Amino acid sequence: MTATQTPPTASTTRTMVAAINDALAIALERDPTTYLFGEDVGVMGGVFRASDGLQARFGTDRVFDTPLAEASIVGMGIGMGLAGLRPIAEIQFAGFMYPALDQILSHLGRYRHRTRSRYSLPMVIRAPYGGGVHTPEQHADSPEAILAHVPGVKVVIPSTPTDAKGLLLAAIEDPDPVFFLEAIKLYRSNKESVLDGHYTIPLGKARVVTEGDDVTVITYGGMVEVSVKAAEAARAHGIGVEVIDLRTLVPMDLETVLNSVAKTGRAVVVTEAPRTGGFHSEISANIAEHAIDSLRAPILRVTGYDAPYPPFTAIEDVYRPNAVRVARAIRTVMGY
Amino acid sequence: MTDLASAPLPAVPDPATDFPRHAPATDIPFQLLAPDGTAPNPDALPDPQTRLSLYQHMRRIRHFDERGWVLYRTGRLGVFPPFKGMEGSQVGTAAALTADDWLFPTYRDTGAALTLGLPIARTLAYWRTSPHGWHMPEHLKVLPFYIPIATQYPHAVGAALAEQRKGTKNVAMAYIGDGGSSEGDFHEALNFAGALNAPCIFILQNNGWAISVPTRTQTRAVNLARRADGYGIPGVRVDGNDVLATYQVTAEAVARARAGQGPTLIETVTYRIAAHTVADDPSRYRTDADTAGWAEKDPITRLRLHLLAEGILTEESDTALLKEIAEEFEAALNEADTYPDPEPAEILDHVFAEPTPQLVAQRAEILREVGE
Repeated sequence: MTATQTPPTASTTRTMVAAINDALAIALERDPTTYLFGEDVGVMGGVFRASDGLQARFGTDRVFDTPLAEASIVGMGIGMGLAGLRPIAEIQFAGFMYPALDQILSHLGRYRHRTRSRYSLPMVIRAPYGGGVHTPEQHADSPEAILAHVPGVKVVIPSTPTDAKGLLLAAIEDPDPVFFLEAIKLYRSNKESVLDGHYTIPLGKARVVTEGDDVTVITYGGMVEVSVKAAEAARAHGIGVEVIDLRTLVPMDLETVLNSVAKTGRAVVVTEAPRTGGFHSEISANIAEHAIDSLRAPILRVTGYDAPYPPFTAIEDVYRPNAVRVARAIRTVMGY
Repeated sequence: MTDLASAPLPAVPDPATDFPRHAPATDIPFQLLAPDGTAPNPDALPDPQTRLSLYQHMRRIRHFDERGWVLYRTGRLGVFPPFKGMEGSQVGTAAALTADDWLFPTYRDTGAALTLGLPIARTLAYWRTSPHGWHMPEHLKVLPFYIPIATQYPHAVGAALAEQRKGTKNVAMAYIGDGGSSEGDFHEALNFAGALNAPCIFILQNNGWAISVPTRTQTRAVNLARRADGYGIPGVRVDGNDVLATYQVTAEAVARARAGQGPTLIETVTYRIAAHTVADDPSRYRTDADTAGWAEKDPITRLRLHLLAEGILTEESDTALLKEIAEEFEAALNEADTYPDPEPAEILDHVFAEPTPQLVAQRAEILREVGE
């Protein structure tokens, strides 16, 4: 790792995908042990252009296309990590990650443990996830709970360009394996002024997006903008909603969640994943275990349903939570 | 539209000239030493010191295997997969590496790991499921034994690729069995290694059995080395009970990998004389008739006959060797007996470099549970 550069001062207006591209370039520039690989990440720059221009700039040794086989993209990355490199693998869509689950469940999170820290795996696996852009079938999956259930791996899901860049650099510099899920809906939908140069945002620290005294909405990734819209609608009716963007699922910033729920006494958890066994349930259970005395209403989950993500564009928004559904849950807990 | 029926056919590639390195492996395994210890081509053999060293390694790991059974029966070792009869395959391959190379062993490959230098005491600790057997020595790149099947193959590709990118001459060797070669990770890894020209040596130990399923039920293929053809890499079929042939073939593959010429698949044709694990009962799926004939192909007997005939080994030096091996083992066993049991909270050590708040809370929970 090279010495920390001067803190950045200038900034540029960037989409989330541009901020991710910037973070990858900075990581490749700063640390010669960093390697980027996956399907179509080289010449093409990735199907969403997250690695646009990086192969031309850093060469085919550092940024390279692999054969089309997700299990070995992850498995090869594990081997590179064992040998002291910092691999960054792209899985083209989170819903295409399933062939690699053996590698993820059997090895990725276990190497530090099974060698008593003789080896660690400073690996990042990036994958676009989630719906809202009318992609067919597996392209819209949200498998974060499956990943968060695996001991020894971290799970990060940003919701803004600034967060995406700082969290991705933190993930790449982390000594342990990190999944970095990027909401497809957010890749180009918003722009903001993002600092140039190197900065990190620590993993495990949630962000309070809007402050409010009546209801806490806990969410992450593509559901943050939906929740903020619902919070704005509620505010028009005099309801103060505190939206918390978890930013990382593992490790989870429970302290920020509990502090907010202690204040509001009401919690709504929002994700776009299927209901049963989702990460929203883990958040809910933690609130129930640690803050039951503060609660003035049941914890509500606003999520997808226990059916495969619908490939039907005309009714996709029935499945994927929108601001109306979140606002209804906010009114329900207020009226309990 | 083009009339495909009338279009000229492409020329058929000539394997001899267009793909010289990809000539299909022959079905008859390469052999230097016949089962009776005679060598039809003495000039092709490794030098006498190498032959003696390979013999000593085989003797040493067989002693471990035999003592392992006894220790298991007396409750001093956990469930352990024996490798008797496969010493030629394991020593002949691992002996071609140096301590700077990577070794990815399966649970069957205790002998290979010992050959490359894994201390006996640590190895016993691993099969006692003690954390002392999990922390592999810093001077070796031997990974803990792999319990899942075939997942180590892509890891070897990654480690080999890392060595290539770092500009070293180091290679990675990964083991698998005939059953494991049915897994997708096996095929993916061969393809990745070929496409990326990774300095990898893939050892496929065809020992005839995947627990109770014989190779003929596992696959219609007979010559598993030819699977390499599908990935454009060399495949070699060798008599795994001939340690000299196995060593020579592996050493050539290692040299090729170090020279930047990419991966090789080596099928060592051998036999699992013993049970799948010390807890297995092979009489449920095979008879003595199935195993008959393999005892006469024993890799140790074969080389011993040869070395005695050549005067490289004498009955006296052999007896002295066995005594030395037994003493080394007992000293290691005594050392392993001194390793303390882990503390309960060690379950939560080494999950992450820095424990998460959740792990900190769970550690306190464990300590409360065990009354500390």
